[in-house]
Amino acid sequence: MTAELGLLALIIAFCTAVVLGIVPLYGSIRRHTTCIAVARPAVWVQLVFVAIAYGCLTYAFLDNDFSVSYVANNSNSKLPLLYKISGVWAAHEGSLLLWVLILSGWTGAVTIFSRTVPDDMIAKVLGVMGLISVGFLSFILFTSNPFSRQFPPVTEGRDLNPLLQDPGLAIHPPMLYLGYVGFSVVFAFAIAALITGRLDMAWARWSRPWTTTAWSFLTLGIALGSWWAYYELGWGGWWFWDPVENASFMPWLMGTALIHTLAATEKRGVFKAWTVLLAVFTFSLSLLGTFLVRSGVLTSVHAFASDPERGLFILIFLVIVVGGSLTLYAWRAPSIRSVPGFNPVSRESALLINNVLLVTTTATVLLGTLYPLFIDALGLGKISVGPPYFNSIFVPLTVPLVVAMGFGALCRWKKDTFARLRGDLGMLLLASLLAGGICPLAMDHYSLAAASAGTLGCWAMFTAIRGLWIRATPGRRWQGLARTPRAYWGMTLAHSGIGIFVIGVAFTTIYSTEKDLSMAPGERFSVGRYEYQFDGVQNLSGPNYVAQTGTVIISRDGRLIARLSPEKRRYLVQQMPMTEAGIQAGFWGDFYASLGERLDDRGRWAVRVQYKAFIRWIWLGALLMAAGGLLAASDRRYRTVARAPVREPAAQTTPILSG
Amino acid sequence: MTPLRRQRFILVGLLVLGVSVALGLALLALRENINLFFSPTQVKAGEAPQQTSFRLGGMVVEGSVRRPDDDLTVEFTLTDTVEQVTVTYKGFLPDLFREGQGIVAQGMLNSNGLFEAKQVLAKHDENYMPPEVADALKKAKEMGLK
Repeated sequence: MTAELGLLALIIAFCTAVVLGIVPLYGSIRRHTTCIAVARPAVWVQLVFVAIAYGCLTYAFLDNDFSVSYVANNSNSKLPLLYKISGVWAAHEGSLLLWVLILSGWTGAVTIFSRTVPDDMIAKVLGVMGLISVGFLSFILFTSNPFSRQFPPVTEGRDLNPLLQDPGLAIHPPMLYLGYVGFSVVFAFAIAALITGRLDMAWARWSRPWTTTAWSFLTLGIALGSWWAYYELGWGGWWFWDPVENASFMPWLMGTALIHTLAATEKRGVFKAWTVLLAVFTFSLSLLGTFLVRSGVLTSVHAFASDPERGLFILIFLVIVVGGSLTLYAWRAPSIRSVPGFNPVSRESALLINNVLLVTTTATVLLGTLYPLFIDALGLGKISVGPPYFNSIFVPLTVPLVVAMGFGALCRWKKDTFARLRGDLGMLLLASLLAGGICPLAMDHYSLAAASAGTLGCWAMFTAIRGLWIRATPGRRWQGLARTPRAYWGMTLAHSGIGIFVIGVAFTTIYSTEKDLSMAPGERFSVGRYEYQFDGVQNLSGPNYVAQTGTVIISRDGRLIARLSPEKRRYLVQQMPMTEAGIQAGFWGDFYASLGERLDDRGRWAVRVQYKAFIRWIWLGALLMAAGGLLAASDRRYRTVARAPVREPAAQTTPILSG
Repeated sequence: MTPLRRQRFILVGLLVLGVSVALGLALLALRENINLFFSPTQVKAGEAPQQTSFRLGGMVVEGSVRRPDDDLTVEFTLTDTVEQVTVTYKGFLPDLFREGQGIVAQGMLNSNGLFEAKQVLAKHDENYMPPEVADALKKAKEMGLK
């Protein structure tokens, strides 16, 4: 019964979404108050019924209801509880249901936290989000019903893909989706503003906290995915430029551009049209991400689902969203008036550089990701684009981005001069050069590349902190800092995170060591300053797998440093082997060991030992960025009632220096 | 120039500069980093490039996997059911590498016609065949029927 109940709830939710997508939009255009009033209750009805449907699917997992094909394909009675819950979003159908649940959740949140927004505006926003729900709910109902039963029912499920049986990956999709779907809010605000034709600074203010929050979740989601790949795939890599990673990275890059241009639009009234366009692109890339991952068009380890009908549906949906928004944009754009005028030396200029670089980066990642698909679709052969392509493009584009970031953090809005900035910039540059130059001295060998990356990372951190310091009034620094708005603290934190990330990436690349060894029990091997001893393997058994656990002892000058237990698991239902790396994490670096395969009958194994220098800094940087984003989104000024007639900043005479 | 003009000028200039530099870089990088895929039949027919890295895919022939030495060197034969190519590889094989499984190897041919793989990829799914390999098998089968 549960499955049927779930389906029924889903159908009711779909009907509600149709009402939500039509009535309030109509009402706001015809100024029909009753129709506008439909919006808020409709949102809640939709949320409740999607939640019921979601609860039903979860119950089917907990209840081991293997007559439901989705449960039978992705669960097993011996599966641990956590993975039964996370199994709901392990494959195509369930993850779409999670998508819609999160979308309904965001829509509900908009009704709660946007009380300061006028009713006719919010009706349009909710209406647009309702239309997106219609798209996704019909997608689920017509092509990917998670509740469909199979006859005859099976007595045991095929188990969850062992790759997904991991706490890190269990929470990775919800985080990622919170980000993807969160961008639908700013998209809806942009579309609503386009419909009204009132692209003032208010819409930027309303959508800013939403965008920053979504961006923070996306950052967390990507970082989690990278962390998971690091310890679960057994290669010790943290980023592979796999199309699926790119699928989540493109909306992140575009979203990063968007949160910055939103700031400029809100504070200074510039880049208005551009900001709207970015909002459309960011959400479109989120949809494209879902499409790439879930339609199975990719030749990738991640693409579990494959069904051309579904792919076609999302593609059409994508065309409607992108095409519709761009048409609306083309119609309305001529009426958008940006407040003109800013100096080449100003924060606006720095943000412009930020945008050009980020958008270009996104475009090149998009090119590299889609190129093989185009070639394949045109029947010109099978190709793949490797990581060297992405690295050779990403690095030269990121370096000027970080340089400009430091510059922008110190610049004033509208008009600034090099003469004013010279002192600060010179001092910070010197400090960064010094700190960056000294860092590699603590490592095995001196590397000029590491020194440059260290300088760049320090530049990002120092300029961010200096910006915060200047902002607090001289004389009463500590009170000044306490009174600095959270948005500014958030920016400082996120920019420092970039610096830490840059250092982490460079030092991991330069100072990590890796060795693939063939080792008999008791054998020792020296890599650099460390000695690795392999102590053979033991058999173990888990709830739904059997494992061989090896022991690798790492010592330096006869002193024990780490004792790692890499595992080779074999999951019983799918008979799938899995590598679990043995890791000893440290602030300055990780010791990492993974087992390959048994090479002979005397217990000789293939063992991979690695030292990953500074690897934690990569995720620490990402964490700081996400924390900074959340802090900024919680700033008090977004919660205060918008001052009714929006000030046109051109009338202001005092220079504004704020985040 | 009015401030508005100047702003537009900077904007357009930066955009054009950024996009053209990026496009140049991207195309250059794409040209150097594309990996073409070939099946054993294509390799035997001499279609695959010499001295250049490419991807080779097929099924691992049953009983063909052997380790000549104590180190991590492994040799195996890939087939698309028509032709076979022997692959040598030193390093870690992926979890799902096994005889009878479809895999993709990246590397280049040496002068003896042996494929020296730098990387071996297998898919993380029980019934999953890399799409290129599935395609190559289908083509080989069609050729065999003719």
